[in-house]
Amino acid sequence: MIDVTAHYFAAFREQAGCDSEPVRTAAATAAELFAEVARRHGFADARSRCKVAINDEIASWDAALEPGDAVLFFPPVAGG
Amino acid sequence: MTTAFRISAEPIDPRALERSLEHASTGACVCFQGWVRDHNDGGSVTALEYEAHETVAVKEGDKVVAEARERFAIHTAACVHRTGRLRIGECAVWVGVSAAHRGAAFDACRYIIDEIKQRVPIWKKEHYAGGASGWVNCATRGPAAADRRVVP
Repeated sequence: MIDVTAHYFAAFREQAGCDSEPVRTAAATAAELFAEVARRHGFADARSRCKVAINDEIASWDAALEPGDAVLFFPPVAGG
Repeated sequence: MTTAFRISAEPIDPRALERSLEHASTGACVCFQGWVRDHNDGGSVTALEYEAHETVAVKEGDKVVAEARERFAIHTAACVHRTGRLRIGECAVWVGVSAAHRGAAFDACRYIIDEIKQRVPIWKKEHYAGGASGWVNCATRGPAAADRRVVP
């Protein structure tokens, strides 16, 4: 198990009811952590339409998690 | 060094931004403005609220502009995107490109706005007549918008 912080934005923040939360997890990758928090908070967007950043760098969903990582979950973007 | 992509909580001044593209070697200037319109997908929109993750947005936005510089023969390119609550008619995004010739300027401007919309962590909440609201493109929407599909 590792300790990381999950950060939520826009629709995810409203669904989770918080900006961020500490998570103790067995998830090895960003994708596994997303599945865990999406289940907990009822995120309905397909992962393929969302993005993840780790420590302020856009990351791939199979990126490995390290203790202390700030994992940023971005719902589908809609700039413009 | 100023970044090519910027997030602004203040109103965008397109004329001032356009002047920043001027150079004696450029013969073409193409600027795009995205404005807040009063409808989307059949619904009546009263205001838009933009949220961004500024650090990641600037990194990704700068990448988009750098890609445009590599792909097209342009001189200068820049983009500014608003955050906060915007009224109908306000400028939400500005893209400007200058180049020696018009073809590259048009192509680069189109490339930048299309990629920004797809890749940069910016979100848009629509406020509808009647008080409901909803995040555009997201699966969970306000009650009035729940059955609407929004094409990016």
